[in-house]
Amino acid sequence: MILRIDQDHNRFRQIVRGRIKKDLRRYISSGELIGRRGKDLISIPLPQINIPQFVFGKKQAGGVGQGDGDVGTVLGPGESEGGKKGAGDQPAEHLLEVDVSLDELAEMLGEELELPAIEPKGRKNIISSRDRYVGISRYGPESLRHFRRTYKETLKRSIRTGTYRPDNPLLVPIRADRRYRSWKAASMPQANAAILYMMDVSGSMGEEQKEIVRIESFWIDTWLRHYYKGVDIRYIVHDAEAREVDRDTFYHTRESGGTVISAAYKLAARLMEQEYPQDEWNVYALHFSDGDNWSQGDTEECITLLRKQLLPRVNLFCYGQVESPYGTGQFLVDLKEALQDDERVALSKIENKDGIYQSIKDFLGRGR
Amino acid sequence: MASLPHDLAQLQEEMEGHARSYGLDFFPVIFEILDYRMLNQVAAYSGFPTRYPHWRHGMEYEYLSKSYSYGLSKIYEMVINNDPCYAYLLECNARVDQKLVMGHVYAHCDFFKNNLSFSRTNRKMMDDMANHATRVRRHMDRYGVETVENFIDAALSLENLIDPHAPFIVRDRPPDEPARPRQVAQRLKSKSYMNDFINPPKVMEAEQKKLDDVAASRKNRFPASPVRDVLRFLSEHAPLENWQRDVLSIVREEAYYFAPQAQTKIMNEGWATYWHSKIMTERALLDSELIDYADHHSGTLGGRGRLNPYKLGVELYRDIEDRWNKGRFGKEYDECDDIAGRARWDRGLGQGREKIFEVRRVCTDVTFIDNYLTEEFCHAQKLFIYDYNPKTGMYQISDRDFQKVKQRLLLQLTNLGQPLIEVIDANYRNRGELLLLHRFDGIELKQDYARHTLQNLQRLWARPVALQTVVDEKSRILSFDGEDFEEKDTADRVA
Repeated sequence: MILRIDQDHNRFRQIVRGRIKKDLRRYISSGELIGRRGKDLISIPLPQINIPQFVFGKKQAGGVGQGDGDVGTVLGPGESEGGKKGAGDQPAEHLLEVDVSLDELAEMLGEELELPAIEPKGRKNIISSRDRYVGISRYGPESLRHFRRTYKETLKRSIRTGTYRPDNPLLVPIRADRRYRSWKAASMPQANAAILYMMDVSGSMGEEQKEIVRIESFWIDTWLRHYYKGVDIRYIVHDAEAREVDRDTFYHTRESGGTVISAAYKLAARLMEQEYPQDEWNVYALHFSDGDNWSQGDTEECITLLRKQLLPRVNLFCYGQVESPYGTGQFLVDLKEALQDDERVALSKIENKDGIYQSIKDFLGRGR
Repeated sequence: MASLPHDLAQLQEEMEGHARSYGLDFFPVIFEILDYRMLNQVAAYSGFPTRYPHWRHGMEYEYLSKSYSYGLSKIYEMVINNDPCYAYLLECNARVDQKLVMGHVYAHCDFFKNNLSFSRTNRKMMDDMANHATRVRRHMDRYGVETVENFIDAALSLENLIDPHAPFIVRDRPPDEPARPRQVAQRLKSKSYMNDFINPPKVMEAEQKKLDDVAASRKNRFPASPVRDVLRFLSEHAPLENWQRDVLSIVREEAYYFAPQAQTKIMNEGWATYWHSKIMTERALLDSELIDYADHHSGTLGGRGRLNPYKLGVELYRDIEDRWNKGRFGKEYDECDDIAGRARWDRGLGQGREKIFEVRRVCTDVTFIDNYLTEEFCHAQKLFIYDYNPKTGMYQISDRDFQKVKQRLLLQLTNLGQPLIEVIDANYRNRGELLLLHRFDGIELKQDYARHTLQNLQRLWARPVALQTVVDEKSRILSFDGEDFEEKDTADRVA
């Protein structure tokens, strides 16, 4: 049912969207929104949207209350004045916490950064359906009879009609009591994407560098999820060796070894080969490092690996070089030299949190 | 909206009977039963099924829906001041809740009908709200949604600058009022032969001219005396288009309609609570409903540390009833300083019920508190005042002294808890600028809001606007000329 208020509500949401967009740049580089993400929604704290009036400042105000306590008893901090209101006061100020769907957020990101839309490549539009048993029905084959539900119905009916005897609890199900499992056909995602995150966790990558990676990957996730129904995300960390880890470990491990980047690329290539065949998946590989590779020889190997194994399989390969006090940053220079003209490669240098904005633009600006 | 199902209709009849038997006197009440979405809509529209379109209602709705779905708050009932009185029940409420709500609603309705501050409100507001909505929609069709919405934003920003007592007072003096007698310069007493020395003619002439000038400037001043109803002043004198004038008058009319509800919040809620508890506990409650009733009733009266208008109101009515039943008022009682004697005081007067009906007729929150909040009551209810302690950054209980508590409470209720702001000069600096005066009573304005409000005021007035107020304990004039703000000391003001 459509309510009259919906019009006003939509107008309000439009205004809110405008506010978020205005502040999006700040949200992008601060990472404030990570951890506010639910399944499909993200809740964004906004400064109060209000109609200004001549009102009393709350600074010196105070008020009247009721209850126990001696003079000097602390009631609460000065910041959150919500609960401590006097009589006859105006309605309490609401803190605005707005739910925005991830799709909406991605759209805003796209508009703000002027990102081109992604076109899933190849024939990735596989639709297959699978049956899943999700419900209960009154009719069905006996093989799918749900014994417990049937029993419950019988019990309910017998208590309702007064035929239930606690001393002789004999229950006979009738036709109407029977319950069966029922199924729904679930169609598989149309276009699938796999995101491979690779990160250098050698000693030279500090907390701040990881934070940048974290924020950046959040926005890249959001953007890619907007275009693909099913998104698989894999995480690879490397120092001198590479291994696949879960999300949590990815952001929190800290190793101390040296850096051999080719190890990570080899592992990535193997993953793609085994699990993400090129004609079914849109693969995105992102690698973050401070650009300090072990040897020039390994860098050569990396470039070969990229050319021969990685690039042919991916939609996009992104390399983000996070500035750190220890890294020389040579790797970026080498990659630039070798692969600059390849449209499957996006390179970016991220000096600090403010650089995130530009680097997301670099990565996603290709529309691939 | 569905009409009431049979069992609730029966319940309504029963509750109405109880309410009447206690002497409550109300307009016919029409109950409607709504699901929570509809109820939230109605609440977002302040009780009306339709209002003019504006995002503020949408924001309110968002807030209500969220707090409902997170289980933080739930609206049990809404009732509006109208004849007939419309009240809304939440569909999913238990029967005992509906009973309680009905009792509550009948008392509200009695209050609307009989309290004097409501006597001049529009009792057909339901229809007028719908008309307002139609008018605003028409303006939107014609001039564009954004244009009209922006103007409404500006108008709502000034919504609280009304004169809540206006319906009862004639503020404007009749124009044919006799001119003030010409003021003559004062002479010092002297013997006639000394006169020219004690009152030199030159000095006297200058003095006389000064007085005449003052009189002349007063005559030319516009408005002649300060105007509290800023909205009305603007709709009469600001350079507005017709549709803008219409929108402004709508905002003003609605502000006046809602003002008495803000003026009587404690009394109105107290009255309704008093009667629902009376009706429920003496008549309507079934044994099996007792626990649920007690739970919800105490929920209404709860609130740790906070001043709850329901609680304060109902306790004060009960206190008044008790005092007038026992004759605990008047000179003799006030002068009795025997504690035991006062505690035992009972003249068996039995005028309590009569008295509270009188109070509900003639008082507003301010007079209610001023006349009937006694020291004993203040202590029994453990009232206190709290203040912000800048050292700790915390709010702390600062005093329990009766006089201070009462004073603070009255201060908060005065002028609906809004700052008192008047138009004092519409030709400020002789340039057609508008000067407002904030009558300072100890609390400064919220600065950022004040600036934004000035901006909105300037949009309506078109010429620069200024507000004389107090900033950081200094008297200042804050002005906005359409582009920049300026803040300076009052001393620079040209009188």
